[in-house]
Amino acid sequence: MVQLNLPKNSRIKVGKTWPKPAGATRLRRFNIYRWDPETGENPRLDSYWIDLDDCGPMILDALIKIKNEIDPTLTFRRSCREGICGSCAMNIDGGNHLACIYGMDEVAGDVNIYPLPHMPVVKDLIPDLTHFFAQHAAVHPYLRTETPAPGKEWRQSIEDRKKLDGLYECILCASCSTACPSYWWNGDKFMGPAALLTAYRWIVDSRDETTGERLDELEDPFKLYRCHTIMNCTNTCPKGLNPAKAIAEIKHLMVDRLV
Amino acid sequence: MRYITPRKAAKGLGAAGPASATHKHWSMTVSSVALAILTPAFILVVGSAIGLPRAGVLTYFAQPYPALVTALFLVVGMLHFISGTRIMIDDYLDHTERKVAIILSQLFGWAVIAAAVYALARMALSPVV
Repeated sequence: MVQLNLPKNSRIKVGKTWPKPAGATRLRRFNIYRWDPETGENPRLDSYWIDLDDCGPMILDALIKIKNEIDPTLTFRRSCREGICGSCAMNIDGGNHLACIYGMDEVAGDVNIYPLPHMPVVKDLIPDLTHFFAQHAAVHPYLRTETPAPGKEWRQSIEDRKKLDGLYECILCASCSTACPSYWWNGDKFMGPAALLTAYRWIVDSRDETTGERLDELEDPFKLYRCHTIMNCTNTCPKGLNPAKAIAEIKHLMVDRLV
Repeated sequence: MRYITPRKAAKGLGAAGPASATHKHWSMTVSSVALAILTPAFILVVGSAIGLPRAGVLTYFAQPYPALVTALFLVVGMLHFISGTRIMIDDYLDHTERKVAIILSQLFGWAVIAAAVYALARMALSPVV
């Protein structure tokens, strides 16, 4: 049965409050989820003060400043710093965002930061995305054909290419899947919005010759039909994509071949 | 600790097939449309019978239109209920609890259908006392 309460060893305790920087006039408080599996202790919420006059404007700027100047044990993923790699996805102010392109000015009051929801935590703000990426791999995110490859290239009309817009841009940050209640409850079997968006990207690709097989693999009450059009995925996607629409399109294709 | 690869965990037991997925999705869509038509018709039918004496109600539901609308509403409504509760059960319950809940919801739904059809048939076929 769905577990509505956190187990005792996952309940978040009050953590350490770090001192305010001396001489700062514009301060912002960051409350950040901390958990280290090696200590055996419960997670805690540490508080840090950031001098806004001595920090970049994005949430990731503040996290890097905290790690460099205040607490080097703070652990988080980051790489590109421009919303391309998807590494720094985390729960900021109650929503899933990329820390590198989410501004501090978009948050009112204290900035509360947690790892992506409902995923196993490796440490601090780092979720374990092993299952998420395995689901992505399971939808065969690549071109599959039976016809021998042409001498030059697989041709595609401009109209068919346009069908891929809004689908291929996914950066696999996992913001959508971890914002989805259906994925929280049944993430072991439900493929989740990100994997289904990718699945549709290849289902609708005019060059792919395994459309039927791709649909067959999703023909399941859990893999596909756990989506109840809650729309959290679309609301939270930091790239402005619409996974809910892609899932609805897959359902349309399923019905089209049945009725 | 289970020593299975993440890929095997993601693929699970494979897809269950159209009978358990798209067919049910389509059935729910059809029953939703049917109920969108039947629900106002049922409210009008029942509303017309409010205030009638017992003999009047029996005579009223012995007529084809009120009896058929009521029967269709209850049968389609309960089939929709069975499918809808199945979705909720699948969402929130696992393992044995899921199987037991599915059986109970089906039993309840079909019991209501049987009772409703029996009551309507009795009203339609019994002489007014």
